[in-house]
Amino acid sequence: MSAQNSIIKVENLKRTFVVGSEEVHALKGVSFEICQGEFVSIMGSSGSGKSTLLNILGCLDQPTSGEYLIDGISVRERTKNELSDIRNRKIGFVFQSYNLLPRTSALENVELPLVYNPDVSHRERREKAQHALELVGLKDRMEHMPNQLSGGQQQRVAIARALVNDPVIVLADEATGNLDTRTSYEIMSLFQNLHEQGKTIAFVTHESDIAVFTSRTIFLRDGHILRDESVATKSAAEALAALPKENDY
Amino acid sequence: MDILNLIRISAKALMRNKTRTALSMLGIVIGIAAVIAVVNLGEGLKQSTANQLSDMGTNLIMVMRANQRRGGVSMGSSNVQSLKVHDCELIAKNAKNVTLVSPVVNSGGQLVNGSKNWSGTVYGGSPDYLEIRKYEIATGVNFTDDDVKKYAKVGLIGQTIVENLFDDGEDPIGKIIRVGNMPFKVIGTLKEKGQNSMGMDQDDLVVMPYSTVQKRMLGQDFIQQIVCSAASENVAEAAVEEIESILRASHKIPEGGDDDFEVRTQQEMLEMMSSMTGMITTVLVAIALISLLVGCIGIMNIMYVTVTERTKEIGLRMSIGAKNSAILMQFLTESIILSLIGGVIGLLLGLLLSYVVSLFMSLPYVVNVMWMVIAFVSCAVLGLISGFFPALKASRTDPINALRYE
Ligand SMILES: Nc1ncnc2c1ncn2[C@@H]1O[C@H](COP(=O)(O)OP(=O)(O)OP(=O)(O)O)[C@@H](O)[C@H]1O
Ligand SMILES: [Mg+2]
Repeated sequence: MSAQNSIIKVENLKRTFVVGSEEVHALKGVSFEICQGEFVSIMGSSGSGKSTLLNILGCLDQPTSGEYLIDGISVRERTKNELSDIRNRKIGFVFQSYNLLPRTSALENVELPLVYNPDVSHRERREKAQHALELVGLKDRMEHMPNQLSGGQQQRVAIARALVNDPVIVLADEATGNLDTRTSYEIMSLFQNLHEQGKTIAFVTHESDIAVFTSRTIFLRDGHILRDESVATKSAAEALAALPKENDY
Repeated sequence: MDILNLIRISAKALMRNKTRTALSMLGIVIGIAAVIAVVNLGEGLKQSTANQLSDMGTNLIMVMRANQRRGGVSMGSSNVQSLKVHDCELIAKNAKNVTLVSPVVNSGGQLVNGSKNWSGTVYGGSPDYLEIRKYEIATGVNFTDDDVKKYAKVGLIGQTIVENLFDDGEDPIGKIIRVGNMPFKVIGTLKEKGQNSMGMDQDDLVVMPYSTVQKRMLGQDFIQQIVCSAASENVAEAAVEEIESILRASHKIPEGGDDDFEVRTQQEMLEMMSSMTGMITTVLVAIALISLLVGCIGIMNIMYVTVTERTKEIGLRMSIGAKNSAILMQFLTESIILSLIGGVIGLLLGLLLSYVVSLFMSLPYVVNVMWMVIAFVSCAVLGLISGFFPALKASRTDPINALRYE
């Protein structure tokens, strides 16, 4: 892990919410680094601060204190517009509930981040979106509307949308939370493929059987890092193959 | 974020909910249609009044008897006998800016031709009367000064009377018909003129020498009116002044005394009429503008609902890099597109509506381009205003909360 390919670096990150007269310390000093090409899962029980951390990593929220560098750029004291640009150019988001625009084709949903980037021409946008959809295996579903796609397919579209701007890191919050085991494994297999192609991914989950598909796991508890360990990666494709046939309806 | 992109994003968002888009446009459509229709119809009404007033005569000047006060008691003008044929002769001789003069005496009467009868109005005038009042002879001839001298029992009849007293295809020329007890010979028929702005049939008349009406029908030596033609529109005012000074001298009205007559030009009557139709139009436009305002409130209302309903979409757009300004612009553009499309539809509808109505009311179809521009511009402005607060609300959405919103 050399310094120049550090994608994310947080130091003593704290986030305090003030609710009425009470202070909620969601993050109480978190430090870690994610390097290029890593596939990291962030685990922890409910309320441990996973989403809070991911929102900060995704520049949707700012830390109360502490330092955060993404791709070598400090996020502190950035204006809202600068944060928007960072989100637009450097980050890809995948949400638990897909968040696709209704009545909008898969292709157009995937194009959306590029719409907010004036440097990308109309044609480039289309080509990149098509490429991203091919990458997630939905080449033949480009013109489908979200309501014509299964949950797993919708999440693939969302992943394509997260990849289309060629981000330095893909952030996923409970991306398999709404899916059944088989589809979850399929999505994890897709993430593993992307990882093999060199993508950097941070993946929030509270299911340990999902986390085993990543190469490193950061455990959060009560706003602190409990453990940060590299583990032997299990292949999602093999796990998928090993699923009992009866699960196939 | 370039403008084309913005329009594309907004148009797509609008297309996603066509019914709502159409419904929110409705208010603007109706408002603009009403404004355009009312303005065009008002304009048409004004023009038709102007046309009909100019149909009344060529640079027409009318001299009427005025109400007079005697010892504080006002007398109705019908009792006033101030105008005489002599006055006409003086005007004809001395007023340089007046080209044609005719006295007017009129009398209602029962017109009878064999078994057919019809009640019409008989107008007595000089041979110039027809030209002053812009009546044209369809068949036959006009009466002459000689007829005036001899109180000749001759007359020209309008098309309404031709239709009511004669059979189809029957030639009225040379026929003797009666008005009251007096028989007279029809020497001519008049071309059709239609209704005037008050809805009066201008073809329901008999024109005779004034002397015949005065002596043989009414037995009076005064006249009701004098009609004149000014040499041109430009000298109408000068002509009025000439007539006034001639009549004041002839009627021996002292300096500072009240006139026993009243002179009106066509222009003045036109102004009177157009100020009346103008007032009506103004009131109607005001009502139409209120409906336009209601339409705008409708758009604002729906935009607010839209913003709340699309919280999640806004959150998503922000999370993938849309700036607050981009969100603001998107919703503003949506509202402007809404009101502009609504405005264009309303415009077309208003044009169609005013066309149909003017067809029905046989008004000239006038398109007021200025108001079309005003309507279009105000649509854009109204869209901007009614979209602004909802758009501001949208742009202030917190993406983290918005993404969690169900
Ligand atoms: N906007 C907020 N205002 C106040 N408190 C908040 C806010 N967001 C999060 N918190 C608090 O911060 C703590 C961490 O919340 P967070 O959403 O990060 O948990 P999580 O690990 O994502 O849990 P889960 O697995 O249930 O999603 C919780 O105690 C929560 O109540
Ligand atoms: Mg969470």
